[in-house]
Amino acid sequence: MKKILSLFLVFLLLGSFFTVSVFAEDEEELIPVEEMPDAEKTGVTINVYNWGEYIANGTEDSMDVLEEFTRVTGIDVNYTTFETNEALYAKLAGGGASYDVIIPSDYMIARMIREDMLLELNLDNIPNFRYVDDASKNTVYDPENRYSVAYTTGTVGLFYNKNYVPEPQNWEILWDEQYKDKILMFDNPRDAFAIAMSILGYSFNTTSEDEWYEAAALLKQQKPLVQAYVMDQIYNKMESGEAWLAPYYAGDAAILVEENEDIGFVMPPNQSSNFFIDAMCIPKDAKHKAEAEAFINFMCLPEISAENCGFIGYSTPISAAKEYLDEEMVNNPNYYPDEETLARCEVFNVLPDNINTLLDSLWAEVKMGGPGDTVTLVLILAVFVLTYFAVLVYKRRKKKKEL
Amino acid sequence: MKAASKVYMALIFIFLYAPILVLIIFSFNDTDTMSRSVFYGFSLRWYKRLFEDRMILIALINTLVIAVVAAIVSTVLGTFAAIGINGMGKKTRKLVMNITNFPMVNPEIVTGVSLMLLFVFISNKIKGLGLGLGTLIIAHITFCLPYVIMSVLPKLRQMDSNLYEAALDLGCTPRRALWKVVLPEIMPGIVTGMIMAFTLSIDDFIISYFASGTTQTLSIYIYSMTRKRISPEINALSTLMFLVIMILLVIVNIRQSADRRALRRKGTEGE
Repeated sequence: MKKILSLFLVFLLLGSFFTVSVFAEDEEELIPVEEMPDAEKTGVTINVYNWGEYIANGTEDSMDVLEEFTRVTGIDVNYTTFETNEALYAKLAGGGASYDVIIPSDYMIARMIREDMLLELNLDNIPNFRYVDDASKNTVYDPENRYSVAYTTGTVGLFYNKNYVPEPQNWEILWDEQYKDKILMFDNPRDAFAIAMSILGYSFNTTSEDEWYEAAALLKQQKPLVQAYVMDQIYNKMESGEAWLAPYYAGDAAILVEENEDIGFVMPPNQSSNFFIDAMCIPKDAKHKAEAEAFINFMCLPEISAENCGFIGYSTPISAAKEYLDEEMVNNPNYYPDEETLARCEVFNVLPDNINTLLDSLWAEVKMGGPGDTVTLVLILAVFVLTYFAVLVYKRRKKKKEL
Repeated sequence: MKAASKVYMALIFIFLYAPILVLIIFSFNDTDTMSRSVFYGFSLRWYKRLFEDRMILIALINTLVIAVVAAIVSTVLGTFAAIGINGMGKKTRKLVMNITNFPMVNPEIVTGVSLMLLFVFISNKIKGLGLGLGTLIIAHITFCLPYVIMSVLPKLRQMDSNLYEAALDLGCTPRRALWKVVLPEIMPGIVTGMIMAFTLSIDDFIISYFASGTTQTLSIYIYSMTRKRISPEINALSTLMFLVIMILLVIVNIRQSADRRALRRKGTEGE
């Protein structure tokens, strides 16, 4: 009973300032989080599973968001981190660990919905959902906003070294022989294929096998020019000048472009690109659904969202948060693309099983290379085996002689 | 020839210590971009950030708690297991040794997954149990145990078995003989085993990854940073850990050589 009461108080507290704002329409005054009163401890701990380095944690003058959440709501947070959507999926599917809030990306949410791994949210408990922009609502992966609330968004663009490469006008520059061995490429199939699909003019979520084959052919053609397939090493390689061209997520570009004059970042005009959304969900086996919703609600406060996005570098799905953010950043079309650009972008959706299998094998083919590589592999093995036998024969002869 | 051997030695040391050196240098990097390739100047900002970062500190505390508990428990269990194994007949000893050695050669991922399956199975049967700190500690004890046995057993074999019997002859109870004679004799092996268990536990990633549930150790936390970027805070933390271990080793060495000197002095005085 006490628990329910305190929970009720929590919601009352979080809700108090926008019940007022209903009457004030858009001219609302938000209470700064710092001035919100302390709540009594509820004794509940929720398990939150988020990407690594994906929340403002109090370092470098940022707000310690989790601490503020605990202070304002009285709910403790056990916060842990994962590195890929697939790792998150494996952890949930493996069992043994029950989380209350998880933050997967678009296509993984679609997959989890399909496999009945998520709970439906009660949006009445998440009144701050109304701050979320329309662009991140009613998405392909969750058309009725029943399972997810957007946390961050972003687009994919191109890093380029201004000293060696003119401003790229299209993705085809990644296929330019001039920049052989100076090109980096995504080391994950969805993002890599999206670029090829964009050039071919197909949808990223196409279910036509032929189109996937075509894209794979294009990527194989690019392989001899690619220096490496990498993810986070992109920063080091771009910064040191080891590579000149690399596609990556816009949000991660911010620090590098700001600090290094030689490096530019651009979204190819007139071509499609990936618009990704990482959103908060509650898994099926969550033990504290109401508290989890309180957490999601808190994260949707414009000030909190601004703190997080300022720290992470990715874009906020909440327009009201922009006034708390650096103006230069907010006005940069790379991070906050206009509607026209957004219309060109596409969100990943989950692929049917047969396409997923095909994608995996095509990606393996792209990275392994064609039959030429198999021949070298066989040759190396053959030489190895021959040497081994030669040594064996030599030793036996020697032994015989000694006898 | 002598020059060649010196060069060879230098190469080996470069091989061993160059990565640590680079790590230490970049922990002082004055960079806004978390650069790991360009050095911008000296600063202590990452050390400052490290101590402000609650998440890293929580992960560090988890790691240390697990390592200490796992090292102590596995040392106790392993030592007594080794004493037991040493007292067995030749055939059973060989058999038991093979069984205990098996987890060492078993790929970590197999151990990890099988432990996870076991924990999940049990936690499904018994309500209120979940994966977390407890399962992590159990898992770590499991994989540390064979290493402790392996480092204690040779000491037992080296020990003169007559010592124990002599102690009994002189009126010791078996328990007393164990504490006063056997354990001091095999102490170096026990300490080695404990240190080994401790470092193995701190190092471990794969088994922890599967057994962790909703608890996070340092290695898992660092791995999860790879989507964005491993922050130089980790360099700072690794530098500090390296220094602490180095200082500990130096102290242990100094004490050992002091002991030896004292012993020798005593020896000459006695004559």
